[in-house]
Amino acid sequence: MLLPLYLFTLVFVAGPLVYMLLLSFATARSGYGVEWTFTIDNYRRILEPVYLNTFAGSFRLAFTSTLLVCFLGYPFGYFMSKLSRKGKKQAMAALMLPFWVNSLIRLYGWIIILQKKGLLNHVLTSLGLTGKPLKLLYSYPAIVVGMIYVLLPFMVLSVYSSAEKMDWRLVEAARDLGAGRMRAFLTVTLPQTMPGLLSGIILTFIPSMGLFFIADILGGNKIVLVGSLIQEQMTRGSNWPFAAALAVIMMIMTTLMLKLYRRVTSGGRLEGIG
Amino acid sequence: MSNKLIELKDLTKNFDDQQVLRGINLDIYENEFLTLLGPSGCGKTTTLRIIAGFEEPSSGEVLFNGIEISKLPPYKREINTVFQKYALFPHLNVADNIAFGLNLKKVDKSVIAQKVERMLKMVGLEGFEKRDVTLLSGGQQQRVAIARALVNEPKVLLLDEPLGALDAKIRKQMQFELKKIQQEVGITFIYVTHDQEEALTMSDTVVVMNNGEIQQIGSPIDIYNEPENRFVANFIGESNIIEGVMVKDFLVEFDGFRFECVDKGFEEMEEIEVVLRPEDLDIVAPEDAKLTGVVQNTTFKGVHYEILVKTDLRIYKVQTTDYAEPGRKVGLSFEPEDVHVMYKMGAY
Repeated sequence: MLLPLYLFTLVFVAGPLVYMLLLSFATARSGYGVEWTFTIDNYRRILEPVYLNTFAGSFRLAFTSTLLVCFLGYPFGYFMSKLSRKGKKQAMAALMLPFWVNSLIRLYGWIIILQKKGLLNHVLTSLGLTGKPLKLLYSYPAIVVGMIYVLLPFMVLSVYSSAEKMDWRLVEAARDLGAGRMRAFLTVTLPQTMPGLLSGIILTFIPSMGLFFIADILGGNKIVLVGSLIQEQMTRGSNWPFAAALAVIMMIMTTLMLKLYRRVTSGGRLEGIG
Repeated sequence: MSNKLIELKDLTKNFDDQQVLRGINLDIYENEFLTLLGPSGCGKTTTLRIIAGFEEPSSGEVLFNGIEISKLPPYKREINTVFQKYALFPHLNVADNIAFGLNLKKVDKSVIAQKVERMLKMVGLEGFEKRDVTLLSGGQQQRVAIARALVNEPKVLLLDEPLGALDAKIRKQMQFELKKIQQEVGITFIYVTHDQEEALTMSDTVVVMNNGEIQQIGSPIDIYNEPENRFVANFIGESNIIEGVMVKDFLVEFDGFRFECVDKGFEEMEEIEVVLRPEDLDIVAPEDAKLTGVVQNTTFKGVHYEILVKTDLRIYKVQTTDYAEPGRKVGLSFEPEDVHVMYKMGAY
């Protein structure tokens, strides 16, 4: 009975991965051409400063976005779990509703908000908080805002599912044993919801390494991320082997990260993902 | 008894528009084992949570050593709780669970280790320090929960149906141990349960509650032998409850006969209810008895037989070691002191 499943996985998951791995050791020829002669030049090229900087920049952005998503998403998920049944449903609906709209369209919405004659600048100038419109769009903060916007639901949901399962009597027990509200949170609630927070971090960090279209749309191509680089090599650069090598490195890094988190949670389960 | 430690004065509590406590007045003394006993929804757990500080009363006062504490957060009270289903911290081992309170108080590590060891010894879990609490049996988790609370040396220990999740045999053993621990540490235990046997076995004082009100406060013997009303009589043990009239002091009438009794202080001809415990009734020859009936059913219960005797007006439940054949005409007899006269309940 499992055979079709294995076949499916082999053809549609393992196959492309192996092809990508092989491709990364091949040589590029002009016009999307590939010559199957073994080389490690593609990987050597990644060590050039310009590409290393791209990796570093991607990391920095992913780190910043993830951190902010943590601070916004954790309280959201935490308080959501304390709502009434009806409140939970409404919060969940509010959270899921944007997914019904294509994410590109939603990002264009942000352009409308952030652009020079956009909504936000209009509000700021009307309130007299700023003399002339600020340059908000096509900046680093704009990318971060987009990242947070796209990734926040994943954090909220994984924290929520963890907090929802929590035994609140444990908090009462901590308070009973001498903990104030803050101490009870730090000593009981936080450790108890850690699996949710950690899987939220993974669900945020790993995609944010690759969400090139956010940087492209809201960053105006000024900030190049690994994701954008891969896309560029696939299309305009027409260098598939190099793109493959970049992708392989990305994959290795994200896999290592998953391993690291497994180690941190000492083999414990992560909310939602294995 | 010794000094008053906790006083509850006219305590009420409303959840939304539902009144769960309707004026609780209760004095709790130092070194007392007091049990709040009642069916679920009677308000016993709410009373306990107000004493612990997890709920604020809607009105009324909670005095601790004469000082009003009802607005004080739980962590500022010299009271600790053993929770229903234990509520141990699953991310901490046995020793860290027990040391939780002491760690918060920044007690010296070596002192903590010492105290934890002493507690584990008291609850019979020596050498369990490094164990994972989630892998312990129910009884063991219970002991850890008790140790975790007692290590803080509270003046009062609250126990919220702590034995409810254990099987019958371990429950019996834990009842005995809890009583022993209470005597050993010499502090007040306030125990919540719906199990009347548990209440009678362990308590110095039993508080029977129903419908947000205290029905009776007394020693287990008082509560059992002199229930004040039908609810208490029904809830504690098995009873034959008969409506009757108090003719005058020491004379009561029910089922068409007058009987001697030991109760007094009622109005003449006041309507009352009488409790006759099944084990106080004897089956005798019909000519020696005032009440006669026919044996309807006899069930062997181990130590005794449970015999249902049908008289003209009702069915009496009798517990006796003597066998009586169904269908036989028998008489029922009892002593004056076995007739317990109670006030008639109004609205129930």
